[in-house]
Amino acid sequence: MTDTDTLEDDRKYRSLWGDVWSQFRSHRGAMLGSVVFITILLAVAIGPYLWGLDPNFADVRHRNQGMSWGHPFGTDQLGHDMLAQVLQGGRISIAVGLTAMALSLFLGTFIGVLAGYFKRLDGLLMRGTDLFLALPILPLLLVIIMLFRDTLRSMFGPETGIFILIVFIIGITSWMQTARIVRGDVLALKEREFILAANSIGTPSRRVILRHIMPNILSPIMVSATLGIATAIITESALSFLGLGFPSDFPTWGRLLYDGTQRITQAPTRVIWPGLAISLTVLSVNFIGDGLRDALDPRIRGR
Amino acid sequence: MLDAPKKPLVRVENLKMHFPIFRGVLKRQVGAVKAVDGISFDVFEGETLGLVGESGCGKSTVGRCVLRLYEVTGGSITIDGTDIATLSGADLRAKRPEMQMIFQDPQASLNPRMTVGSIISEPLDEHEHMTRDEKRAKVGELMDAVGLARRFADRYPHEFSGGQRQRIGIARALALNPKFIVCDEPIAALDVSIQAQVVNLLEDLQEKFGLTYLFISHDLSMVRHLATRVAVMYLGRLVELGDAETLYMAPRHPYTQALLSAVPNPDPAQAGHIERIILEGDVPSPANPPPGCTFSTRCPRAQAVCKQDSPAWREIGEGHFAACHFIE
Repeated sequence: MTDTDTLEDDRKYRSLWGDVWSQFRSHRGAMLGSVVFITILLAVAIGPYLWGLDPNFADVRHRNQGMSWGHPFGTDQLGHDMLAQVLQGGRISIAVGLTAMALSLFLGTFIGVLAGYFKRLDGLLMRGTDLFLALPILPLLLVIIMLFRDTLRSMFGPETGIFILIVFIIGITSWMQTARIVRGDVLALKEREFILAANSIGTPSRRVILRHIMPNILSPIMVSATLGIATAIITESALSFLGLGFPSDFPTWGRLLYDGTQRITQAPTRVIWPGLAISLTVLSVNFIGDGLRDALDPRIRGR
Repeated sequence: MLDAPKKPLVRVENLKMHFPIFRGVLKRQVGAVKAVDGISFDVFEGETLGLVGESGCGKSTVGRCVLRLYEVTGGSITIDGTDIATLSGADLRAKRPEMQMIFQDPQASLNPRMTVGSIISEPLDEHEHMTRDEKRAKVGELMDAVGLARRFADRYPHEFSGGQRQRIGIARALALNPKFIVCDEPIAALDVSIQAQVVNLLEDLQEKFGLTYLFISHDLSMVRHLATRVAVMYLGRLVELGDAETLYMAPRHPYTQALLSAVPNPDPAQAGHIERIILEGDVPSPANPPPGCTFSTRCPRAQAVCKQDSPAWREIGEGHFAACHFIE
């Protein structure tokens, strides 16, 4: 350590977030992932305004077209422009993916940390988690949608209502894996001496959790988060496929994909474009998560 | 340090720590590991009480109980006039600054995601109302006191060597100006050259800040060097307690004798003369200790009475205690 001392004497004070950022930038995959993800976000956010075609305008004379300058992604069997549909559908899919992931992550982490840290709650919460894992999802979805669709629609309007419903459904049916992983990590971490040291200082439980436990279980949470976005997008498309999701004139990536599968032999591009959009989003988010995890770990973040 | 004032800072009476064992489908309690089973001792102000014993005898558990890191099963722990065995919540928290701990494994006792500065200032965050600059200054002082360069404050624990990490742990323990520090085998995980540094640092700090130590170790020669008085533990009970010199020169309890005979002697001329007492068998399980004297299964002097009656903890000389039927 002594020979590096002299070298680093005039090293300027660097902030934590500065270090994190510089490590994140040096992670090639993460940078590529961020560029792709930001491009997709920008495309779906401002793309529909730039690409003037209405995704719901049925141009019956140009049905089932392949790629052309007028319709770069082709058209579907009703003459809807696919590019406009993919751009519009991305808004919903990404919004659902991010919100549902956030909800399931919050639930999973909250329950996992409580179960792992407080021994008294462990049995109850973990049996609850098992219960949720054992629930047959499909009948549950049917019941939830039957019960709440109309109420929510009348309260928030047809689109927001169904958005809330879908996010809620995906959120409450996908937090269990996160909860189990987090609980396991918390159990292992709780026995480490630095937690004992915090107890001997008199740090109250909530601050032990926030200061010592949470930063150290970031890796599994990060992994769950990136995988969660993918699962949420796919689940949303499955729901749309079953007719339980957004109304049929409301394009989402999942719906486009399922509509396309029926004609996959005649018009493969109708599957390829939404599929590519889903894959790219999921992949880029995975890479970002990977880079973020490395950047937040001081042991990997070299100086 | 030699003429320590005879005022007990810490008084432990009949301390018991039993960890329950749950078995079966219904998780019913089927027994208890009696890690600490009724021990009493005092730690006088300004002294170092060494606590020695073999692995698994409950030394570390005693240390943790004394700081109320476990909910004790029974007994009382009086620190500076307050019984902390029954304190709870805010009262206990308010008492925490007076007593701190230095841990065995300097790697595990520091949060890998926190900088050294924030590790050392955690106690200050919890108990003092200081501005950021005051905290920085205090952290700097503490780092000076333990011999770490101040510019290391925004580095992470993995960037340090074992000895330096232990210094970080010591700085954290000192942050609140405690009176009493439990050193839980602070040198066991360090290599020999670093052990000496850390022990010297502990001695210097004791002199400078007037600290009282409970020094837990299995390194008998280090305890002899450091401790004013020494307590010997076997299977959850104390077997002997006395002044370091008296105890090392003339151990009375057969277990202490056996333990001390195992200390290697650096002088080859003398080494041959020391009779090595080798104990037979293994330490019994603390979940199922033998009746009577817990040492009776391995004691070379054991008689019928030892297997029935537990020997009383009594004073056998000036400030010298032992628990054995055959010591007058």
